[in-house]
Amino acid sequence: MSDGRPIWPVLRQFEGDPLALGAAAQSDATRSWTGRIAGAKAVKSVCPYCAVGCGQNVFVKDEKIIQIEGDPDSPISRGRLCPKGSATRSLVESPMREYKVKYRRPYATRWEELSLDRAMDMIADRVLKTRRETWHPVSDEGKDLNRCEGIAHLGGATLDNEENYLIKKLYTALGIIQVENQARI
Amino acid sequence: MGTSFGRGGATTFQQDLQNSDCIVIMGSNMAENHPVGFQWVMEARERGARFIHVDPRFTRTSAMADTHVPIRAGSDIAFLGGIINYIIQNDRAFKEYVINYTNAPVILKDDFKDTEDLDGFFSGYESDKDGYIFTTWQYKGMDLHGAAGQRESESALGKVGSFMQREDALKDGEPPHMDKTLEDPRCIYQITKRHFSRYTPEVVAEICGIEPHHVIDVAEALCANSGRDRTSAIVYSVAWTQHTFGVQMIRAAAIIQLLLGNIGRPGGGILSLRGHASIQGSTDIPTLFNILPGYIVMPHAQAHESLHHYIKSDGSRTGWWGNLDKYIISLLKAWFGEHATQENDYDFDLLPRISGDHSTYRSFLGMLDGEVKGFFCVGENPAVGNANSGLHRRALACLEWLVVRDFTENESASFWYDSPEIESGELKTDEIGTEIFWMPAAAHTEKDGSFTNTQRLLQWHHKAVEPKHDARSDLWFYYHLGKRIREKMRNSNDEPFAEPMMNLTWDYPTKGPTQEPDAHAVLREISGYEISTGRAVSGYTELKADGSTACGCWIYSGSFKDEVNQTARRKPGSEQSWVAPEWGWAWPHNRRIIYNRASADRDGKPWSERKAYVWWDEEKGEWTGHDEPDFEKNKRPDYVPSKGAKREDAIAGWHPFIMQDDALGWIFVPNGVVDGPLPTYYEPHESPAKNLLYGQQANPCRQQFERTFNEYNPSPSSTHGGVFPFVLHTYRLTEHHTAGGMSRTVAHLSELQPEFFCEVSPELAQLRGLRHGDWATIFTMRAVVEARVMVTRRVPVLRMNGRDVHMVGLPYHWGSKGLVTGDSANDLLHITLDPNVHIQETKGLTCDIQAGRRPRGVDRDKFLSEVRRRAHVESGL
Repeated sequence: MSDGRPIWPVLRQFEGDPLALGAAAQSDATRSWTGRIAGAKAVKSVCPYCAVGCGQNVFVKDEKIIQIEGDPDSPISRGRLCPKGSATRSLVESPMREYKVKYRRPYATRWEELSLDRAMDMIADRVLKTRRETWHPVSDEGKDLNRCEGIAHLGGATLDNEENYLIKKLYTALGIIQVENQARI
Repeated sequence: MGTSFGRGGATTFQQDLQNSDCIVIMGSNMAENHPVGFQWVMEARERGARFIHVDPRFTRTSAMADTHVPIRAGSDIAFLGGIINYIIQNDRAFKEYVINYTNAPVILKDDFKDTEDLDGFFSGYESDKDGYIFTTWQYKGMDLHGAAGQRESESALGKVGSFMQREDALKDGEPPHMDKTLEDPRCIYQITKRHFSRYTPEVVAEICGIEPHHVIDVAEALCANSGRDRTSAIVYSVAWTQHTFGVQMIRAAAIIQLLLGNIGRPGGGILSLRGHASIQGSTDIPTLFNILPGYIVMPHAQAHESLHHYIKSDGSRTGWWGNLDKYIISLLKAWFGEHATQENDYDFDLLPRISGDHSTYRSFLGMLDGEVKGFFCVGENPAVGNANSGLHRRALACLEWLVVRDFTENESASFWYDSPEIESGELKTDEIGTEIFWMPAAAHTEKDGSFTNTQRLLQWHHKAVEPKHDARSDLWFYYHLGKRIREKMRNSNDEPFAEPMMNLTWDYPTKGPTQEPDAHAVLREISGYEISTGRAVSGYTELKADGSTACGCWIYSGSFKDEVNQTARRKPGSEQSWVAPEWGWAWPHNRRIIYNRASADRDGKPWSERKAYVWWDEEKGEWTGHDEPDFEKNKRPDYVPSKGAKREDAIAGWHPFIMQDDALGWIFVPNGVVDGPLPTYYEPHESPAKNLLYGQQANPCRQQFERTFNEYNPSPSSTHGGVFPFVLHTYRLTEHHTAGGMSRTVAHLSELQPEFFCEVSPELAQLRGLRHGDWATIFTMRAVVEARVMVTRRVPVLRMNGRDVHMVGLPYHWGSKGLVTGDSANDLLHITLDPNVHIQETKGLTCDIQAGRRPRGVDRDKFLSEVRRRAHVESGL
C-alpha cells in the first residue's frame, strides 16, 4: 500500500472506522476522484423561476456553466431548490434555445435570417413610423396628452429591476404609455 | 395591501413564518408552487403552530396542513367575511391594537350608507357609469387620500382633483372625530360590525359549499392564536388576485389581521406570494401604465396640468406621502438631468399623460380594432398565458409589427403558422400581415442584475458567462434601441415632441465585446445621488425637492448606499439572526417587517417578551430591536404633533402606518378602492349560483368587454337552464412555469409533466361518462379544448342550496411549441377585470365537459357555433 496503511479494508477498519463507511472503504482510485465542480468558479446567483428567491451557485469552468446548485448560505432557501430550480442549468443550456435573430415579412410563410444590427435598425424605424402615425398631442377636451397610442409593451416578470427601469424610462420619453407586465396578469 | 396599510408589498418575510402560532394559507398552493419557501411553514408546524389550508382542491399543501377546508372557487370573501363577523360578534378583537393603530374608532360622515342599507351597494354609486364617487365614504371632518391603489386622480369616474385634503384636519395627530370606546353607531368598528353581520356561519357555509363548523373552527383558531403573546399569519397568491373582486379578498384578509393585531409583528402579517422571480420588482419599478417608479402615479391629463397641481392634488399634507415633491423632482432630475430646472417645472410637462385604463387587455382589444399597430413582447407569452388566449392570438394577427424577445420561439411568435386558428382555417398564414422580429434573449446567468423577491428583497445575480451569438440582455436591447432612436430623431425634422428623448439622460457606461450597459450604474441611478458631489445617497430621507438630488426610484433609495451594491451582500444566513439584515437589501430602507412600530404597544414596549421585535429604548432615545425600525428612529412614542404639522411631523408617536394620511391601518378605506370601502361578497362574473347575500349578483364595478371572441357564458347557470353548470378554475404545477416558456423547453420538467390534464371528481366522471386516462373535451362560449382525464378525490363535490356543484380543475401550461405540447386552458377563459387593478378572473368561472376528443379542423368552429346557439336557446337569453 503506497501510503503505508494496511491493504485489507477489514484491517483498516481498526484504524478508527469500525463501520467501514469512511476512510476504511476508500481505495487509491476513489481517493483520486474529485467532485464535478472541483476547480470551477462559483458565481452567486438567484433562481429565475418563482419569487421565493432561492440562492443559486452557478459553477463555471472554461467559460461554460457545468452545474447550478442551491446556495447553502441563503437565509431563505438554505441550499434547497425545487424541481424547476434544480433544472436551471437545463434551462439556460437547453438545446432548444435559439441564438439568431429571425425575421418574418408581412404575409410570408417562412422565417428569414437577419443580422442583429439590421434588426435593431428596422425596429427603431418601426417605432418612429408608428409613433408619428399615432401621435396624440391633445385630448378631445383640449388637455395635453403628448403620447403615442399605437405601440404597446408586455414584459415578463423575470426581467431585472435595472432592465425594467430602462424600459419605463425609454417608453415614457417616447410618449408610449401602454407599458405593462406579467404583474397585471 | 397598499390601500389598507400604505404599501403594495408583503408585510413580512418568508423566514419569519417560523414564528407564527397559526398560519392560514388561502388562495395559494404554496407547497407546490413555492416549495422552498414552504419550509418555513413546516418549521412553524414543528414548533407547534396550527396550519390551515383553505382551497377548493386538496393539494400537497393541504396534505401537510392540520386542517383543509375545501371551499368553492371564488367564494373566498364570504368565508373571510364569516371570520370577520365571528371576531366582532364574539368580541375577540385585540382592542388595544385596534383602538390605537387602526381607524376603527373613526366616525364617518353622516351621509355614508352601507350595503346593508342599499342591498349590495354603497352610497355614491352611479349606475350609468358602473362606478362610485367616494365623497360619502370620508371621515367626519376630514377627507383623505389613499396611500396606494387608485388615488383620486384615477377614480373610476374620472372625478379628478376633488379630494384636496383640508388644512389642519388632524387634531393632535388623530382624525378629529373618534370614539375610542368603539360604541358610536357611526364609528367604523360599528359600521364594519353591521356590514358583516349577515355573514353568519350558516350562510357562509351555504355559499362556500362547506359546513358551518368549518368557519367557526378557522375563526376560532385565528382568534386563539392572536393577541399580546401570540400571532397568526395569512399567506395568499394569485388565487386571490385573479378575480373580478381580487383586491377585496386581500382587503378582507387585511381587516382580519388589523382586528386581531397581527400586522407589523413577528409571526404575523400577510405574505403575498408572487409567482415570478421579480414580479414585485416589476411593480416597484413598474412596467405598468398607471404608475412611475416607487408607486408615484402617472400624470393624468385632467388633474395634472402642472407639477404644482400634481403635487398638490396627489401628495398628502400629512403622512409620508407629504414628501411626494422630493420623490417626483428627484425622479425628473434622474431622467432629464441638467435640462430639468425649477424654471421649467423640472421638465414635468415632458411626461405623457394617461386618461383612463391603458392596461394590457385594453391594448389587445386595441389591436383587434386596429388602434394598436406595434407591439413588444418581452419574456412573455400572451398566446398561451393570457386569459382568453385565442383572442390574443387573433389580436397579434392584426398588428403591423411585432417584436418577440425570448429564449426560444414561443407561441406568441409562431401564431401565424401554428395555432388553433390556423388549424381550423379561420386564419391563413398568407393573409396575416404582421411583420415579426424574433430576438434571442440572454438568461439570468448571462447578465448582471437584481430581482426583487416576494418579500420585497432585492438580490443581485452576477453574470457567469457571456451570452452566445445574437443573444442579449433586455438592458442591452433597450439601451441600444434608445440610442438608435435618439440618433434618428436628432437627424429628422418631422418627429413630434422630440424634446423628452433629446433631454433624456441616456448615457450609461458599457463593457465587454457586446457593449453591455453596466447594470451597477443603472442601480446606482435608481438608488439616487447628490448632484453636486455625485455621492450615492444613503436613503430616501436624503432626497430633496430643490433639484439637488436625483433618484430613479425613491423606495429603492439606499440600495447603493456607501457606493456599495447592497443587493449583492451575501453574509451567510448561519452567521446572522433569522431576520438576516445583511443578506441582499429590502425596500424600504432594508426593513424586513414593515409597520414594525406596531410590534410594540402604544408606550413603545414589546407586547410581550415572546413577541418582542422593535421597541423604544428610553435611555438612548431611539427605536431599536431585531430589524430596522419602520419609523423615525428618534420619534418618541408619546410624540404629539403640533397644530399644522406637515409630512412625517404630523404622524403621532403611536401611529405605525406611516404612509397613510392619518398613519392608521385602514379597516375601512375611504379612498383608493373603487368598488367599495369594505369587502362585499359578490358571485364571480360566471357563476353556478345566485348571490345568497344580496340582490346584486356580481361586482357592479367589474370591467366587462362582451364582444366577438369574448362572449360570456350565461350566469348564474342555475337560473339559465343549467348551461355551463360546472365551476372551472385554473392553476399551476410544480414542474411547470406559467405559459411554459421556461419549462416546456426543459427536458427534465417536460418528462415529469408531459400532458395537459383535467382534474374531476369521481361523481362528475360518472355524471359525464369520463374515464381516468381517457380524453375529455372542455368548452365555454370562447373555446373548446381537450385534456386527459384525471379522476381524483382531490376535487370535492360541494353541496349548495340542496344541489351538488362540480368543479373542473385545469393546469394551464401547454401550447403548441416545446418538448411537450397540448391545448391551452386559457383559451377557455374570458376577459373581465377587477376594476381596481385590471386583473382578469381566472380562478372561478363556468364550463361544460364531455367525454372524448375535441373536434378538429373546420369541425371545431362548427362545434363552438352549436355550443353558442344552444346556450342562447337553453338559457333564454
